[in-house]
Amino acid sequence: MKGGRVASAEELTRFLLAIGDDTLVMSERTSELMMRAPTLEEELALANIALDLLGQARSWLSYAGQVEGAGRDEDQLAYLRGESDYRNCHLVELPNGDFAVTVVRLLFVATYLHLLFERLCDSRDETVAAIAAKAVKEQAYHREHAVLWVRILSEGTDVSRAKVAAALAALLPYVGELFEHQEDEAALVAAGVTVERPLLEDPWWALIRPAFAAADVTELTPPWQAGGGRRGHHTEHLAEVLSRMQSVHRAFPGASW
Amino acid sequence: MPSSHQGGPGEVVGSPTLPLWEVFVRPARGLSHSHVGSVHAPDGPLALHSARDMFTRRSEGVSIWVVRADAVVASRPEDRESLFDPNDDKVFRHVTHYVVPDGVEGL
Repeated sequence: MKGGRVASAEELTRFLLAIGDDTLVMSERTSELMMRAPTLEEELALANIALDLLGQARSWLSYAGQVEGAGRDEDQLAYLRGESDYRNCHLVELPNGDFAVTVVRLLFVATYLHLLFERLCDSRDETVAAIAAKAVKEQAYHREHAVLWVRILSEGTDVSRAKVAAALAALLPYVGELFEHQEDEAALVAAGVTVERPLLEDPWWALIRPAFAAADVTELTPPWQAGGGRRGHHTEHLAEVLSRMQSVHRAFPGASW
Repeated sequence: MPSSHQGGPGEVVGSPTLPLWEVFVRPARGLSHSHVGSVHAPDGPLALHSARDMFTRRSEGVSIWVVRADAVVASRPEDRESLFDPNDDKVFRHVTHYVVPDGVEGL
């Protein structure tokens, strides 16, 4: 411990839920694209990405349940929490939109999680470091995939360039929330468990700007900024995601196969 | 789709006009790359990504090559006789024709 007060189990749980919910909701949104991808190859790539994210979500949520100590496992945390108990950012809960929105969102999220997990590999919490070390390789692959598509669409036709510009305009307002200072993570930062989220912002832009070099965009500054996901205030879209994702578990509690 | 490619061998009419790429995987160090299949992709890097997803997710290889299918120059079936006839009447063309002298090692 580097000084500062010791972080409570509740603070660590909330932190783990925030990451777990980001990966779970992003996985759920990505898996909605199954049977809808433009080619079989892309179908497979998106399915792999959705499954990677689901595996990461399971690890983060399992550990969250363990730290919480209330006997809740990953399934109970995923399927039995309501919307206001979810701590994910708004960006991951937005609808997939067209393919440009899908890949630009994937680029934003994968870059963010890659930067975060890179730093969490050095976490003083050994479990956090171990989960991050496994997930960081997968995020690098997701990021690479999104970078390739954003470049192809940006260098493509007038139509594809216009769609990238529209996707950026739609998604940029949700970027600021990723880098908001989280007061309830202050003790965890002091203890070396995680890093200040605002510190990720500059490295994030340094990776994002070049990806849009060929795109028809002059301004990458969001006109307004969404927020509140970490406090359980969500867009209308999360309820729709959760109602579908949780429907089987709620209809058949404890079902398994 | 961002390609003006006119469609190469094996492309289905009506599918997105993405070029076809042949995929070669080297299963282990010291072995040669072998053809394992093909993928559609708008460019080389994405072809490599798709090939990785399709053919090497379970430790099948240590190296992947992708080559645009229309860059492959292939023999034609009607040239089979002139290209592949084993010339069985010219026995000296086959190594089995020669008797290896005693004491030659490493042959």
